[in-house]
Amino acid sequence: MRHLLSTQGLPRDEAIAILDVAEDMAAVSEREVKKLPTLRGKTVINLFFEDSTRTRISFEAAAKRLSADVINFAAKGSSVSKGENLKDTAQTLAAMGADAVVVRHWASGAPKTLADAGWIDAGIVNAGDGTHEHPTQALLDAFTIRRRLHGAAARGKGLDGVTVTIVGDIVHSRVARSNVWLLTTLGAHVTLVAPATLLPVNISGWPVEVSYDLDHAIAQGPDVIMMLRVQAERMKAAFFPNAREYSRQWGLNDERMAALPTSSMVMHPGPMNRGLEISAGAADSPQSTVLEQVSNGVSVRMSVLYHLLSGAVER
Amino acid sequence: MSVRTVLQHADITRALTRISHEILESNRGSDDLVILGIPTRGVTLAKRIAAIIQSVDSTSVTSGVLDVTMYRDDLAQNPTRATGPTDIPAGGIDGKTVVLVDDVLYSGRTIRAALDALGDLGRPRAVRLAVLVDRGHREFPIRADFVGKNLPSSMEERINVRLEETDGSDEVTIG
Repeated sequence: MRHLLSTQGLPRDEAIAILDVAEDMAAVSEREVKKLPTLRGKTVINLFFEDSTRTRISFEAAAKRLSADVINFAAKGSSVSKGENLKDTAQTLAAMGADAVVVRHWASGAPKTLADAGWIDAGIVNAGDGTHEHPTQALLDAFTIRRRLHGAAARGKGLDGVTVTIVGDIVHSRVARSNVWLLTTLGAHVTLVAPATLLPVNISGWPVEVSYDLDHAIAQGPDVIMMLRVQAERMKAAFFPNAREYSRQWGLNDERMAALPTSSMVMHPGPMNRGLEISAGAADSPQSTVLEQVSNGVSVRMSVLYHLLSGAVER
Repeated sequence: MSVRTVLQHADITRALTRISHEILESNRGSDDLVILGIPTRGVTLAKRIAAIIQSVDSTSVTSGVLDVTMYRDDLAQNPTRATGPTDIPAGGIDGKTVVLVDDVLYSGRTIRAALDALGDLGRPRAVRLAVLVDRGHREFPIRADFVGKNLPSSMEERINVRLEETDGSDEVTIG
């Protein structure tokens, strides 16, 4: 694997290979010496044009556990704020000898530009670009679902027949997009639930069902319900009347939580707006996988870096 | 080049039985013994050795799995390798005598990786090495303590170990 830019088009066997290696990486994270020598001498640069705590820290931990050197580059306080463009930034990183660049950018498609433009010869990992994709988040979500369902026997398995309901701000969500593609590739059935204003205008090409009624969706008893964050910072217009109205119609509150089967998983990619899209009771229940998602994120990102950087370079 | 069989089922069983006795002799019993197989066929051999030791010494000896993929020195020369689970028996390896088991000892690079992997898992009292076949051509100062068969070979020859559990029958061929 040369780059990881999106989950759309990621073949099923490659996705499962990433999840399987992540199982072994998770075992490393549980032992006393949480370090492998595998990527010694490699340099991974975290290039973040957008704020992030968990994704950046997660990639940093993943690279360090594989013994790679990590350089964190935040656009704020760098030459980017002096007007440097993406090309010059990329060429600077190339000159520093980057083997992989983990990039988060507010513009959809920026990681693909980095991968294709020939400015830099490193492997590119998309850590979230605009409203396009966030592939490692989808991989860690799939990993979390697979582990909860199959435990130690998870290796080699897909998510065939698993029903996943994704709720909330779909239109701004790169997490939702990456999950739609990956989960369906792995055999899951995905249903999107959102107010019409928060659904993309045309999703006829998406392999999903759409519902506008959360209570109805919960009554179907999905195996997984994934709540998305309301991305107020990306909202330039009024998408719903007010927070209270949103919470009443589209939030996973305690009553809806009680209506959900006790076997259903409650997921949230974080950071959570408690009381808006998810109640504290739901977020902290044993059905919630929020903290598992965070720790699994490190294992999955270790696996992704391993797949990008360990083998003979494909040209 | 013709392929010939150098070990058959009975030979393999005899070799493993002898190795098991030698392990027991050198360890003065089965106390604090941990048998770790290196995937893929080393795992099967480790299970068989543990079973033989158990039948001889009538104490419980369990075998485990040590995946060394992440410690290999040839990762950059090959396509990305799939990793496998490492399974250390309860009780760990601290202060124990660890016997590493592999099917063929060749360059010694796999064993070098295994020693590094062990170092991250604990501090054994001693580490021994048991192999079914030693074919020579070492590239590291590494030798086996227990050898099923020494098989001088040319580097062009291929040694193929087949075991019932993974391949349907017991056989070692060269050719």
